[in-house]
Amino acid sequence: MGLVREIGATFAAFIHALGSMAIFLGRLIMYTPAGLLRFRLVVQQVHNAGALSLVIIMLSGFFVGLVLGLQGFDLLARFNSENVLGGATALALIKELGPVVTALLFAGRAGTALASEIGLMKATDQLSAMEMMAVDPMKRVVLPRFLGGVIAMPLLVAIFTAIGIFGAWVVGVALMGVDPGVFWSQMQSLVSMDDVREGIFKSIVFGVAASLVAVYEGYTAWPTAEGVGRATTRTVVITAVSVLILDYMITAALL
Amino acid sequence: MTLAAPEGNLIELRGVRFRRGAFRVFDGLDMTIPKGKVTAVMGPSGTGKTTLLRLITGQLKPDAGSVRVGDYEVPELGLGRLYEMRRQMGMLFQNGALLTDFTVFDNVAFPLREHTRLPERLIRHIVLTKLHAVGLRGAATLFPGELSGGMNRRVALARAIVMDPDILIYDEPFVGLDPISMGVIVRLIRRLNDALGLTSIVVSHDVNELEQVADHSYLLAEGRVVAAGAHRELMEEDSPLVRQFMHGEADGPVAYHFPAPEYGEDLLGRGQERR
Ligand SMILES: Nc1ncnc2c1ncn2[C@@H]1O[C@H](COP(=O)(O)OP(=O)(O)O)[C@@H](O)[C@H]1O
Ligand SMILES: [Mg+2]
Repeated sequence: MGLVREIGATFAAFIHALGSMAIFLGRLIMYTPAGLLRFRLVVQQVHNAGALSLVIIMLSGFFVGLVLGLQGFDLLARFNSENVLGGATALALIKELGPVVTALLFAGRAGTALASEIGLMKATDQLSAMEMMAVDPMKRVVLPRFLGGVIAMPLLVAIFTAIGIFGAWVVGVALMGVDPGVFWSQMQSLVSMDDVREGIFKSIVFGVAASLVAVYEGYTAWPTAEGVGRATTRTVVITAVSVLILDYMITAALL
Repeated sequence: MTLAAPEGNLIELRGVRFRRGAFRVFDGLDMTIPKGKVTAVMGPSGTGKTTLLRLITGQLKPDAGSVRVGDYEVPELGLGRLYEMRRQMGMLFQNGALLTDFTVFDNVAFPLREHTRLPERLIRHIVLTKLHAVGLRGAATLFPGELSGGMNRRVALARAIVMDPDILIYDEPFVGLDPISMGVIVRLIRRLNDALGLTSIVVSHDVNELEQVADHSYLLAEGRVVAAGAHRELMEEDSPLVRQFMHGEADGPVAYHFPAPEYGEDLLGRGQERR
C-alpha cells in the first residue's frame, strides 16, 4: 500500500512539475522574438554552453566511435558483412547515439552550470535587484541562456557525430583493414536524408528539453546553498530521464 | 506619470493586510513616508520589514488595503507600469546583490545600458561620477568578489542612484559591517538624500546608527506600527515595548524565553510527557 501511495504521489508531483515547466516554456517562447533582437546576449550564451561542453563531447564522441567500430566489426564479421561497417556505425550515431549521448553530456556539463548560475543569482538577490532596476530577469538572464542552449545543442550533436564516425573509421579501416572506399560508399548508400532529418529533429527537441530543465530548475530553486545544490542534481536526473523518454517517443513516431 | 508629487507624503499605506500562510505579517498597517526626508523603519527580526519594502516596490501584493507611491496605486499596476514606477526608485539590498560576472563599472552602468541609448562616452562620465560620490572610482575595474562587504554595498548604492531616482530604499544597510564602513554608509545616506533631493527609507534594527540619519522613525511590532515620531521622542518614550526595543533590553513584552513548560517541573522531568 505504501509503495502504491508513493508512486501515486510521485506521479502527481511529476504532472505538476510538467505543467509548470510547460507554462515556463510558454513564457520563454513568447519572449523569444524580443530576445533574438538582442542577439549578442544569445551568441555569448551559445559560446558559453558550447565551450563548456566541447572538449568532453569531442573526447566522448571519439571513444563512442571506437567502441562502435569494434563491436560493429565483431558483429558484422559473424555475417561476413564487415563492408557495411561504415553505414551501420553512421546510422547508429546519426539517429541515436549522437543526439542522446550529447544531450546527456550537455546536461552534466552545461546544464548543471546553467542551473547553479541562475540559482546562485537568485539566492544572492541578483534577480530581485534586476526586477528593482526594472529589468525582467526572465528576458535578461533566463531567455538568452535558454536560447543559447537550444542553438548550441545541434552544433554539438554534429561535432559528436562527425568525430564518432571518424572513431569508427579508425577502428574499421585503419585497424581492422576494411576497405576505405567500401567503408565510405556503404555509408553513403545506407544513410538516407530521412535519417539525417531524424537526427537533426532529435537534437533540436533534446536541446529544448535540456536547456528548459536547466534554466527552470535554476530559476525555481530554493534560494539557499542547499537549494542550488538540489537544483543541479535535479537538472541532470530530469534531463536524462526526459531525453530517454522523448527519444523513444520520437523514434516510435517516425518509424 | 511621475513621482513628482507636491510636498507632503510621497508614500502612503492604508489598512494594509498581508499574510504568509496562516501567519498575519500585517494586520491593518498605516504608514506615511514624507517627501524629501529620511524615514527609518525599525523592528525586531521577522516583523515584516523586508515584506513592507516588497509591498512598496510591488514585488508583493497586499491581501487588502492601499499602497500609494506618488500617483501610483501599486497593487493595481500591471508589469509595464510597475517597471515604469521602479525606474524612479533605487533599492539597496542587504548584500549589495551586484552582478557577480560584471565589473564594478559594468554593474553601475547596467541600468543605463538597459534603459537608455546614451553614447558610451556619456555612460562613462555618469558612472564615474556616481562611483566618485561613493568613493570607489578607483575600484571601477574590479569584480564584486574582490571587494569587501562595505565596498560591495557602496557600489550597489552607486548603482541604485545611477538613474537619478526619486526614492531610495535601504534594506538593513548596516548589517555585518565594521564600525568604519558603518560610519561611511551612515554619512552617505544623509548626504545623498540631501544633495540629490531624495526621499529615503531605511529599514534596520540598529537604533544607534539610525539616530544619526533618521528624520522620522517608525517602530513595527506584531504586524502594526507601535510607535512613530522623531527618533529622539522614540528614545524617550516609556511604553514597555518601545523601551525594550530602543534600549535593547533582553526581556520585556518581547519575551526572552521561547515558550516552555514551567522551569521547575521541567527540571524534575514532569514536563516530559508533553514533548
Ligand atoms: N518567502 C517567504 N515565505 C514564507 N514566509 C516568509 C517568506 N518571507 C518571509 N516570511 C515570513 O514573513 C515574516 C516577515 O519576514 P520579513 O519581512 O523578512 O521580516 P524582517 O525583514 O523584518 O526580518 C517572517 O515571519 C518570515 O518568516
Ligand atoms: Mg529583512
